[in-house]
Amino acid sequence: MYTPHTQHDVEVMLKEIGAERIEDLFREIPSEYRFPKLNLPDPLTELEALRELEEIASANGTSSEMISFLGAGAYDHYVPAAVDMLLRRGEFYTAYTPYQPEVSQGTLQAIFEYQSLISGLTGMDVSNASHYDGATSAAEAVILAYHSFRGKRNKFLLSKAINPQYRDVIRTYTQGYENIKFVGDEPQTNLEQDLENLISKIDQDTALVMVQYPDFFGRVCDFKDLVDVAHKHGALVAVAVNPIALGLFIPPGDFGADIVIGEGQPLGLPLSYGGPYLGIFATKKELVRKIAGRLVGETTDVEGNLAYVLTLTAREQHIRREKATSNICSNQGLMALASTIYLSLLGKHGFAQLSNLCYQKAHYAADQISKLDGFELVYPNKAFFNEFLIRCPKPVSMINLALEEHFIVGGYDVSKDYMELKNCMLIALTEKISKEDIDSLCEVLEEVTNG
Amino acid sequence: MAELSVFELSAKGRLGFRFPNSDVPEYPLPDSLLREELPLPEISEIDVVRHFTRLSQKNYAIDLGFYPLGSCTMKYNPKINEVTARLAGFSLTHPLQPIDTVQGNLYLLYKLQEYLMEISGFSGITLQPAAGAQGELVGALIIRKYHLDNGNKHRTKMLIPDSAHGTNPATSAMAGFDVIPLPSDKRGNVDVKALKELCDDQLAGLMLTNPNTLGLFDENILSVIEIVHEAGGLVYGDGANLNALLGITRPGDLGFDIMHFNLHKTFSTPHGGGGPGSGPVAVADYLIDYLPDPIVTVVDKGDEENPPLYGFLRPAKTIGRLKSYHGHFGVLVRAYTYIRMLGAAGLKDTALKAVLNANYLCSKLKGTYTLPYDRTCMHEFVLEGVWKDIPDIHALDIAKRLIDYNFHPPTNYFPLIVHEALMIEPTESESLETLDQFVEAMLKIAEEARTKPELLHEAPHNTPVRRCDELKAARDLVFCCWPTSAD
Repeated sequence: MYTPHTQHDVEVMLKEIGAERIEDLFREIPSEYRFPKLNLPDPLTELEALRELEEIASANGTSSEMISFLGAGAYDHYVPAAVDMLLRRGEFYTAYTPYQPEVSQGTLQAIFEYQSLISGLTGMDVSNASHYDGATSAAEAVILAYHSFRGKRNKFLLSKAINPQYRDVIRTYTQGYENIKFVGDEPQTNLEQDLENLISKIDQDTALVMVQYPDFFGRVCDFKDLVDVAHKHGALVAVAVNPIALGLFIPPGDFGADIVIGEGQPLGLPLSYGGPYLGIFATKKELVRKIAGRLVGETTDVEGNLAYVLTLTAREQHIRREKATSNICSNQGLMALASTIYLSLLGKHGFAQLSNLCYQKAHYAADQISKLDGFELVYPNKAFFNEFLIRCPKPVSMINLALEEHFIVGGYDVSKDYMELKNCMLIALTEKISKEDIDSLCEVLEEVTNG
Repeated sequence: MAELSVFELSAKGRLGFRFPNSDVPEYPLPDSLLREELPLPEISEIDVVRHFTRLSQKNYAIDLGFYPLGSCTMKYNPKINEVTARLAGFSLTHPLQPIDTVQGNLYLLYKLQEYLMEISGFSGITLQPAAGAQGELVGALIIRKYHLDNGNKHRTKMLIPDSAHGTNPATSAMAGFDVIPLPSDKRGNVDVKALKELCDDQLAGLMLTNPNTLGLFDENILSVIEIVHEAGGLVYGDGANLNALLGITRPGDLGFDIMHFNLHKTFSTPHGGGGPGSGPVAVADYLIDYLPDPIVTVVDKGDEENPPLYGFLRPAKTIGRLKSYHGHFGVLVRAYTYIRMLGAAGLKDTALKAVLNANYLCSKLKGTYTLPYDRTCMHEFVLEGVWKDIPDIHALDIAKRLIDYNFHPPTNYFPLIVHEALMIEPTESESLETLDQFVEAMLKIAEEARTKPELLHEAPHNTPVRRCDELKAARDLVFCCWPTSAD
């Protein structure tokens, strides 16, 4: 399949090369290991392949068949039709990295617009062309801070309310760095006093303080004091965001964040079982030369026309090799494009409306569920966005099994990551969930827990 | 023609998209936490569609023409893959759903793990890495942890051939290794004598791309691997060039300990203008416990009435989690589709035709362009883009002139060990006619280099923009559609 050669073509080509058979071109490969028999299923035609994949896909339960209240870092927002229709243009998705600017202005300008939109949304000076996902952006923020202090500051404060997977990935990425110490997210840290706890631990050895906004439990905190204390001690502050929340809430740049990271999936990307997603990474301009990954900059061509190019490449691995800021060699080009189209289409009004809808639905759901017997909000006095933590009268795993029978995917069981939050469910709302859906969730929850 | 930015297309009060009105009672917003301004554009749907359609038309792409970009394997991206990856059953599943509601996804991941292990000859695999570079990091961290667990903290030397891709040394440094360059010999192989001298009890491993970036299969591969193993090191295979080896040989059989795949090269998933990629990592049996957390496995074998239940496993000595969730699932569906379409015979045919195409082009061009390593090549080859008698013509000029002939330029100035390198990889997708047209253009350009050199210096001529001032971009540092406030 997918090779256009006729027998005649092959003969012509072999004659040119001076070989009798194509197989003769592989004589340098040790003969005992040459041409193994691969044990793979027989090839399929396109029709058969589609049938097989449809059958596999149909074994899943999806958010079109079930009402889903799962979030915890990935959200089921509606993706307008225009986004995917434009992504399907072969000129976009079958292009390579725009190293040749003369024939890549489409990709380059789109990324430049992505950088602009993300800068505006986060209130930062500079956005890069994206990382792999929110978690790897978080890891790159730690590495940036480490190098920013030339390894002389060793303490990295992590809020315990940062997505647990982000904290896992940070630790994986930095295991080769001998002098890095992570503080703040110990099992004994009280989640009610997470912020105070972090502030009290900031000192002259602190390179970075990382918090999440809204945090893993949906809470929206005021980080002004934390940023002030951090900056007084010369430390950097990184804020992990859910970009949809920034349609309503103060952007981290306005309260002094040095680095903003985040999972860009909510900006027009399908859930797609966890990927490919989009790592948001934006900083103050002072840090621009330390950013890992690609950056698109504005310039002119020889005729003086406005043009875009990949710039500051001297930071990158293909030039600096072992001295590069990171080994990263790609960005989530197509995902960044999707987000650019999504943000352009929703625009100022649509995006604010979306953000408000998520807020309102979550508050209605929190209100209704907390009225049920045995259910209570874990943080009743905290502002929250699209997600909230509810303590249930029974283990979450048990409740979720029962919900499944009613075609409802329940919220995330946080006791998997936080021992102290037994029976606590993290419930997420998007604009796709109706009042009716929320009411049926309440009915079923009542039935399940009383039954 | 310059295309206005989305901010310039904006008009106050214009709408591009509306959501349904809220159907729940209104709850007050926390005033003190609200932002004042939301700097997003206001554009109608049709103007958004036209803007991005026009931008797309400023790109070159595989769907438009020949893309002989060495080491990038710009093969055809089959359309059926785009359809299967978008099936609602896949695209509307949440990564944290209970496993019994995502058995389709887990089955596909499990099968893809099996297929990739079969193709490469390894015993364990992770599909989690987001790209080749992240796959390398997995490999390097596994090597590090393996040595630590065996009480060999002092093994910190990572050997990297001078022909290697820049990610290899960058990755090794990230994982805490000391990078030691390893020279190549006159035939483009690893210099075995130098290798022996560098192998001591500090050795952690060797990162080797084979076929290497010259497009050459290392003639001493078995002894290279043996030397490293005898010194207690591990051999990491950079699978960037696996397209040449599908059904031809299995790196695991040759003795490699670890290898990453680039699904966006070898397995036809689109490059997307710079991503997403996907870089699964396969390992030999004794390293399975080090794989990233989690991997997909059969958690219940099932019986005659019940199918097996697929789920997740945390490997006992895992290096940890590399990214959120389970890898670039949408990309993995495309790769799965590709493997199912091709089967064993189709995969082998891919490698055969990729190598045939490269050798044909090489044979046609080597009389006109210098071929520094004159051997049978694999899927790609490297020419010098310079002639002694016309010193002011450079590889870059040839690359840019090719654009005038409607071809994407080859990779240039890499690998570093070839002077003014032009690295050409045709892939199996191209027909004899396309290859001949490319040859014709390359020969014409060689002639123009002597007769009308300005055509090369000034190329490209008919693109949306001409050659760009990269120094200005690095000096002005404009990253946004509006000026960044001064200090």
